[in-house]
Amino acid sequence: MDLQSLYYISPELSLVGLALVLIALDLVTNLKRHVTWVVMVGLIVPMVFIVLLWIGLNDNDLPSKIFFASLSLDHFALTFKALIIVILVPIVLLSHQYSSNYSLFRMEYFSLILISAVGMMLLASAADLITIYIALELTAIPIAALATFMRKIRSVEAGMKFLILSAISSAILLYGLVILYGYTGSVNLEIINSRILEIGQQDSAPFGSYALLLAVAMIVAGFGFKIAIVPFQMWAPDVYEGSPTPVTAFLSVASKAAGFAVILRVFNIAFVNQDFSQMGIDWSLIWGILAVFSMTIGNIVAIRQTKIIRLMAYSSIAHAGYILIGVTAVSSRLVDDLSLGISAAIFYLIAYAATNIAAFSIIIAISKFAPNGLIHEFSGLKNRSITLSVVLALAILSLIGLPPSAGFVAKFYLFGSAISAGLEWLAIIAVLNTVVSAYYYLRILKYVFLSDSDDDEKINVFSMKPVLISAIFSLGIILLLGVFPGPILEITQIAADALLLG
Amino acid sequence: MENSNFLGLLTLAVFLPTFGALLIVVPVISRRYIKHVALSFVTAELLITGIIFIRYYLNRDAGLQMVDRLSWIPINSFPVEYFLGVDGLSAPMVLLTGILGFVAIFASWNITHRIREHFAWLLILQTGVLGVFTSLDFFLFFLFWELELIPMFFLIAIWGSGRKEYSAMKFLIFTLAGSAAMVVGILVLMASTNTLDMTQLPEKIQGAQLLVPSVVVCSLLFLGFAVKLPVWPLHTWLPDAHTDAPTAASVMLAGVLLKMGAYGIFRVCLSMFPDVALSFAWVIGTLGVVNIIYGAIITFNQTDLKRLVAFSSISHMGFVLVGISSVGGFASTIGLTGAALQMFTHGTITGLLFLIVGMVYEKTHTRYIPDLGGLATRMPIAALTLVIAGFASLGLPGTSGFVAEIAVFLGAFANLPWHTGVAAFGIVLSAGYILWMIQRTMFGPLKDRFITISDVGKLELIPIVLLLFTIVGVGIFPFFINDVLITGISPIIESLQGL
Repeated sequence: MDLQSLYYISPELSLVGLALVLIALDLVTNLKRHVTWVVMVGLIVPMVFIVLLWIGLNDNDLPSKIFFASLSLDHFALTFKALIIVILVPIVLLSHQYSSNYSLFRMEYFSLILISAVGMMLLASAADLITIYIALELTAIPIAALATFMRKIRSVEAGMKFLILSAISSAILLYGLVILYGYTGSVNLEIINSRILEIGQQDSAPFGSYALLLAVAMIVAGFGFKIAIVPFQMWAPDVYEGSPTPVTAFLSVASKAAGFAVILRVFNIAFVNQDFSQMGIDWSLIWGILAVFSMTIGNIVAIRQTKIIRLMAYSSIAHAGYILIGVTAVSSRLVDDLSLGISAAIFYLIAYAATNIAAFSIIIAISKFAPNGLIHEFSGLKNRSITLSVVLALAILSLIGLPPSAGFVAKFYLFGSAISAGLEWLAIIAVLNTVVSAYYYLRILKYVFLSDSDDDEKINVFSMKPVLISAIFSLGIILLLGVFPGPILEITQIAADALLLG
Repeated sequence: MENSNFLGLLTLAVFLPTFGALLIVVPVISRRYIKHVALSFVTAELLITGIIFIRYYLNRDAGLQMVDRLSWIPINSFPVEYFLGVDGLSAPMVLLTGILGFVAIFASWNITHRIREHFAWLLILQTGVLGVFTSLDFFLFFLFWELELIPMFFLIAIWGSGRKEYSAMKFLIFTLAGSAAMVVGILVLMASTNTLDMTQLPEKIQGAQLLVPSVVVCSLLFLGFAVKLPVWPLHTWLPDAHTDAPTAASVMLAGVLLKMGAYGIFRVCLSMFPDVALSFAWVIGTLGVVNIIYGAIITFNQTDLKRLVAFSSISHMGFVLVGISSVGGFASTIGLTGAALQMFTHGTITGLLFLIVGMVYEKTHTRYIPDLGGLATRMPIAALTLVIAGFASLGLPGTSGFVAEIAVFLGAFANLPWHTGVAAFGIVLSAGYILWMIQRTMFGPLKDRFITISDVGKLELIPIVLLLFTIVGVGIFPFFINDVLITGISPIIESLQGL
């Protein structure tokens, strides 16, 4: 380890630096009102480092494992890091509007978001069990603090709930990791893999031994909590509802992306085997079954929701289910398309991030006019602001998976990966779920475009520029991915190949 | 894969309406001129589709032409191209869309509520439908197929009447459920053959081992098209949607959207799975007969003028299915041509019927048949048009309906004589309900409260004359459409004979 290796984690370091600078600025200056713009400028630095590292990797002059193989430096990790930085841009803009509610702690708020993002970025490249655990905690603890930021009973409840459930799930995960370490004698994912294959040759039990099966079950449960899939989803609606809405948006996209990054890496590195013959179990089926439950229960429960945030919470549970299809679809029938499922999952995560942020931008924009957060309060939004209505409409089309939007391409690609992997049953369940989801998503549009509001007072969108910028920014990405998905698809494919081929 | 080609005519035809819609939505044009802007765009569209059709007609032996083909998503696992083109099957459908898109603007001339959006959605709808008819890449085809849902949803839900929101949602959920089956079929084809090129797929499917038996794939795709057609028992969305839709939406829905289902069966089920079509011809025939007879019997019971025309559509789309069931018989060329011609003629006839019904409703404010009567004395032109359209609908010689139906029966009789026999009875039924409907609404004593109503205006004559001209023109000179259709059908016949 030398100074050079600091360069390899420069995106994370610069983000930590930014967080510290914010706190320092808070102490010595009175920049609270301009903090948003400081962060926006600061975010350029990690992004530049990511691009430099990406180019360096293309030229093969960077090591693939750094810090004693505890972190990997590959296109897969960089793709997720870039995604998280890009997600931070609209989140920070949205927070600008919202943070007037807690102006006293504005600097801390942004620092905590940035630190949580650092955890997520580390998670994307974590290559051993200890790093994974530390990165997960680094991600979760700031969010628990952020959730309580409103200092209202709901918010405190959300924070406590998140903290306790996150601790429980971490404990379960840790227990699984410990068993895994105990049986394989290593914390490194690649060494674990070779040890499991050895054990598998001696014993035909799943993963070589039933203790390892237990370990994997606990790891699945631990990660399942983080990405909020059924049956580990119960915290999501309450936490989503109680937290400040920008934090909810952050939680629903960035946290999910990081969670999927680590799932993809752990399962495709530690538990990989050509046809699962030596593994004794096709673990992708575990994820497939969880996907079915997540999609179906998420969508069906969402139908009955009357509050917009709770609806979005169940919708995010359902979408986590869709993304799991990509995790499931690794055992592809076509050898050269082995990475198709992973690539599709990453693309879906990107599309979902843009879509969800667009939707949350609108929810935040009208939160002042909809104090109870009921779907009903969207009535006649069309008469009050056509801009907000159009953005919301396109976000909802994308959530359903109708063209011309990112969601349409993402669903087509993702379900296609399932079929290529021979998972026709999973694809059929997924498309049926899409039909169910259309019902409750369109109900929102029905209120927006068909119902009349009580008062037709215009909403002045230009009085909330940051939210507007965030909405337009994510809308642009939705349309771009819907019409010209080629470049991003190429990136996700490179990322997926990097994960599988090392 | 790498051959790119770009003429631009089809791209222009597909995206010109969307451009018009964007122009209308941006509030620079005064509300007063929106109709005129929309009209000028559909007029241009009518001309372009006319040019496309005539161009194809003059050069019809060359098969697929006017191709716009560009690389779109250049990655191996997702081989999507931007690929438009017309052949004998799509050229008449493109023309039909141009005609009915033109008519639909006139049908909504008196709209005052949210006028900007109304015309914008109508134009976007036209983009979606034209896209479906000209796409030759399966992804693009599916994209347009889904794109068309949203405008129709809003057209019904905002400008409709009665239980409009319920009907719009029902329309959307039914079609989405059909699309769900369809997309699985498309994805299986993509995963099995690694191409989405619809011109290559027929060949590739024959040579390839599909991941799922081809019967299942074909059925999944058929299911998607069947909802749209609609095939009994998936038809229940149609009467609701039509009854509650505004006139323009009804014209488009019955005129072109239903044809998308039939077109899909030709383009996908018949062209790509001739063997499956051959062994299941009797199933298609049976479904067709059920559609015809069931639709006709239900039509008899209708007291709502619009609902009556809607149910008669179900009955008439049954003829398309019966025509398709002629595959395998020695007259399958005639049968398939008849079915394809029925798509075209039914589009114009039903479009005209809905137009007149809409005008009658606008003047009398009722669609309840027992409340109407004797309107011919006050609305002679409307009455005459309804009579001609009705006669065309029941297949009177000299109208396009006759040509299509006789060809359907000739073709199907050679393959499934019993089915055809029962289906022919549908003609009698349709004569019954059409004549009875005309008699109850237009003739008999004039109700007092209709004394003051006026006939159709000069402006409304334009679409009426256009449609009448098409109906009678195709009735007398059917070869104009038939010669084109045959060039689209002959590849299907060849692949059937090759089995």
